[in-house]
Amino acid sequence: MEAKSRLAEVMAKNVYITDTNCITPLGFDVASNWEALLKGQSGIQRFEKLGMLKSFYASVVNSDEIDAAFAPISNENHFTKLEKMLILALAPIIGNYTITNKTAFIFSTTKGNIELLEDKNNTVEAAHLAVLAKKISSFFGFSTEPIVVSNACVSGVLAIAVAKRMIQAGAYDNAFVVAGDAVSEFVLSGFNSFQAMSEVPCKPYDEERNGVTLGEATAAVYLTAIGTEVRPGAVKVIGDGAVNDANHISGPSRTGEGLFRSIESAFTEAGMAKEKLDYISAHGTATLYNDEMEAVAFNRLGINKVSVNSLKGFYGHTLGASGLLETVIAIESTRNNQLIASKGFAKMGVSQPISVITKNEEKEINCFLKTASGFGGCNTAVLFEKVV
Amino acid sequence: MEALKQELKGKIIEVLNLEDIAVEEINDNDALFGDGLGLDSIDALELIVLLDKDYGIKLTDPKAGKSIFQSVETMASYITENRTK
Amino acid sequence: MQTKNYISGHCVIENNSVMVNGVKQFELEHVPFSEFAKAAYKNFNMDYPKFFKMDNLSKLAFLASEIILGSKVKEGEDNNIALVFANKSSSLDTDVKYQGSIADKENYFPSPAVFVYTLPNICIGEISIRHKLQSENAFFVFEDFNAEFMTNYANGLLATNKADKVLCGWVEYYQENYKAILYMVEKQGDLNIIKK
Repeated sequence: MEAKSRLAEVMAKNVYITDTNCITPLGFDVASNWEALLKGQSGIQRFEKLGMLKSFYASVVNSDEIDAAFAPISNENHFTKLEKMLILALAPIIGNYTITNKTAFIFSTTKGNIELLEDKNNTVEAAHLAVLAKKISSFFGFSTEPIVVSNACVSGVLAIAVAKRMIQAGAYDNAFVVAGDAVSEFVLSGFNSFQAMSEVPCKPYDEERNGVTLGEATAAVYLTAIGTEVRPGAVKVIGDGAVNDANHISGPSRTGEGLFRSIESAFTEAGMAKEKLDYISAHGTATLYNDEMEAVAFNRLGINKVSVNSLKGFYGHTLGASGLLETVIAIESTRNNQLIASKGFAKMGVSQPISVITKNEEKEINCFLKTASGFGGCNTAVLFEKVV
Repeated sequence: MEALKQELKGKIIEVLNLEDIAVEEINDNDALFGDGLGLDSIDALELIVLLDKDYGIKLTDPKAGKSIFQSVETMASYITENRTK
Repeated sequence: MQTKNYISGHCVIENNSVMVNGVKQFELEHVPFSEFAKAAYKNFNMDYPKFFKMDNLSKLAFLASEIILGSKVKEGEDNNIALVFANKSSSLDTDVKYQGSIADKENYFPSPAVFVYTLPNICIGEISIRHKLQSENAFFVFEDFNAEFMTNYANGLLATNKADKVLCGWVEYYQENYKAILYMVEKQGDLNIIKK
């Protein structure tokens, strides 16, 4: 009985995302990103050389434009490009709210300032994720200790689940979640050694897909359980799950077991029928095995007829930022009742049928699912519902 | 060829951290993957790096690795034919 | 009566010694971690050759979890034991190694087997695979061990029935400086098991 009432109490607390922002090659706010996506523009470009790497595709933010945008915010010059992008993502939404000692600061990243290791004059401490988190949280005057989520490619979505869970547990009233990763030789060379890099801009779910295109971006959202802050356009976080495949440290499970269980867990918590799902913003890295695994999991769950896209064709794989960035865009889809075509997709290339969005179309979206999967066998699924 | 095979066995044990296996325990025709030494996909990628680093052979098609990495025997003959260092 | 969760077992590995539930069970002084880890693996009769392929962070996390999970995981059953770890240095020990392999342009051979460990949550993956734990998992980074956060997060997983048990704690490794403190959190119903 006690356990049941505790469960009811935790579940009863509704958590909402009321504000969003993102910094990408397509724009430095949600509106400009949305406009670019509607036009089918991609941030992916060809680069001739980086260190020992020759000719590769990536989605990279212009440093001069970042500096120009950052100048009005601060004239201090000790920030890395990633730090500036994180601050730029948070700055416009943070002013709308009061930061208290019950406001969480959650930072999602895989590699943070890893590029600082390239210069032998830097100490290793400089590359610590907690140091980076503290730098950003101090800039905005947070008093709680920063929480860094570093769980490979699911970090960005998992950070939303973590924020919601901690708010429901009563540890915080609200939370700012910020996510970011940069394109570095470190990560590029690694994916290259895995022979996982696409020779052309990535093609999620397509027959000819042959790997990822990397990208960089930052994104930020505000989550709250304070009812008076909730307005139309907000979304309620109604369920989540983050279950491991327990299969292999670098390859996804062929049966999609971890993703299957993560999504099941999210639906069970939400108490929602799968038929009510309107849209899936999937992971879709465009590696052979990831996309196939997702298709298998969606079919096993019977949600394979739901419209699905991957935004990797627009932004590349932005690692620890991807889940949050893609949630920000999915929220925009929901607000506009507009599905965005999955860029790079032409012909079905997964063995199980899924409903990849091939052209922009209007559709009423009340409920959407965001998923991600990554190295270490991790998966995360979060369900959202529109507030009207 | 015999010397190369011995050398390869030592290198495989070293780069793939096969702690509990000795050079003498690997037969020339033992399967490296699956039931044999039980190597996996990351090991295969590491063997591709080994070919490049120590023998100057660049393998860009991971699928080609399948026949080359069947056993120490197949690896040795491929290296003999294609090595540049 | 309040719903309460209990720590049903814990393991601390530091200074080349292994403490299980407060009792020192193994020690090997004056050797590097790699040697100590191998000796501990043999001492506790572990049989899992993949151990030797792991990076040091994964070896540390594996040893500590193996000691706790050995008696908790029921073979052939669905064990809903969540894994929630945190540390300070993320995967920086391996990151520095990997950076070395791409810094030398004359001898430029990025290693996939090293690169895969440049994410801290890989150690969770290793343990999940070892015990077929298809369960909730998360990896966090803090400046110091944040016991309050970890407890809140673990209790949340138990309260919402997302996990039956949670193995959580601190697994820090950077260049021979290391410390693992892992503990198993269980619901009240399991109290009798602990008493035995």
